[in-house]
Amino acid sequence: MTANDNDQLKSDIRDYFKSNMGKDARFADGDDIFADGLVNSLFALQLVTFLEDSFKITVENDDLDLQNFRSVDAIADFVGRKRNNSAA
Amino acid sequence: MASYDALRAEFEAFAAEQIAPFADEWDRNGAVPESAIRAMAEAGFLGLSIPEEFGGRGLDQRGVMLLNMAVGEACSSMRSLLTVHLALVSETIARWGTPEQKTRLLPDLASGRKIAAFALSEPLTGSDAKNVHTRYVRDGDRYRLTGRKKWTTFGQRADLFLVVADGEEGVCAFLLDRSKAGKSLLLGPLDGMLGTRASLVAEMEMSGCAVDERDVLGRRGLGFLQIVNTALDNGRFSVAAGCVGIARAALRAAAQHANTREQFGSKLRDFQLIRRRAAAIALDARTAALLCEDAAALRDGGSPKAIMRTAMAKYHASAAANRAADHAVQIHGALGCHESSPVQRYFRDARVMEIIEGSTEMQELLIGEQAIKNPDLIID
Repeated sequence: MTANDNDQLKSDIRDYFKSNMGKDARFADGDDIFADGLVNSLFALQLVTFLEDSFKITVENDDLDLQNFRSVDAIADFVGRKRNNSAA
Repeated sequence: MASYDALRAEFEAFAAEQIAPFADEWDRNGAVPESAIRAMAEAGFLGLSIPEEFGGRGLDQRGVMLLNMAVGEACSSMRSLLTVHLALVSETIARWGTPEQKTRLLPDLASGRKIAAFALSEPLTGSDAKNVHTRYVRDGDRYRLTGRKKWTTFGQRADLFLVVADGEEGVCAFLLDRSKAGKSLLLGPLDGMLGTRASLVAEMEMSGCAVDERDVLGRRGLGFLQIVNTALDNGRFSVAAGCVGIARAALRAAAQHANTREQFGSKLRDFQLIRRRAAAIALDARTAALLCEDAAALRDGGSPKAIMRTAMAKYHASAAANRAADHAVQIHGALGCHESSPVQRYFRDARVMEIIEGSTEMQELLIGEQAIKNPDLIID
């Protein structure tokens, strides 16, 4: 994945976060959105569906470590790893 | 796959022949008979959306919707089996189960050789579902479950329970095999329900029920976030479609009565106030169906909007079924208040639908929060 790809990925994730938290939501790419209480419990499932739908990956049981989904940075890393694994 | 028109015809013919003629009797007896459950199983309905590789029919959510509408029109108690067995448990195993769990469990569930139930609610835990009091403790390579569950639909009949419990690893979901539980699991009938009286509701008491490590469903500690949320989303869709069935049944009964009953020298259909009620039922039945179709399309497309649109469908359809059944009872007059007419059953069954799988109030909070944060997500 190129730097541009990664930037676009993070931009898409940021947009999705805002669409669920409200357009005025303020967060940095490293902020823990679950710890900060910015989302409700259903958001986790919506996020999984969003990632599968948008980035054509399959989120499996073993992937469901909250560390993979806590922040924009964490999700971008996770999606990158999933794409690399499926390409390998 | 057969066309949706063919599927709808198949489901409606089954419901008309094998369910509807007996629904009032089952309601009075407080139980759907085993022979009727077998017929549902033999038709492949109990594994309708389970992948074919595990013995199911491999249909999509639109197919699930059509089945729930058809069975829901005939009998909400029988339709509840589709919610608990197929939507809450089997579909959730198909989504998040390990390959071993899918291979071991899904064929028996898809064929109906085993019936599943969902054990979340407790005497002290309803809408505040995260606050489960049932506890688990580690015991070597097993877990032991202790606590009480209540309002477990088809719990009297179930062979497998998806039990949600809290413990040192956080909330977990366990697949409890009734045949292995012995005396550590006590099940009692919960009679006296207002509606869905034939759905074999049970109370459960677990006193150290042993569950193998391999029977934890999903990630440890994510029992609520991952498993309960997935299950309830599936369940809400099933209930929403079932409510369309209730509204359709109410409309058919109201129309039939208005076309035959005479008062003041005229058929009821000629009175404008009756027509106003009929119009209200018709609108509720159709708008509820459209919201279900919207949710089905999003679910089948893998859209992240599906969860919210499913909640909207459930919220509207359950309220619509209540209004429709209420109008149908009023059009029937005294007859609508007597067990000789099915509309009193629709009225009682509809009332339950606003409470199960997330109450109307919980759906309102969810939808309202999303509507304020991002109207586009709702509008588009």
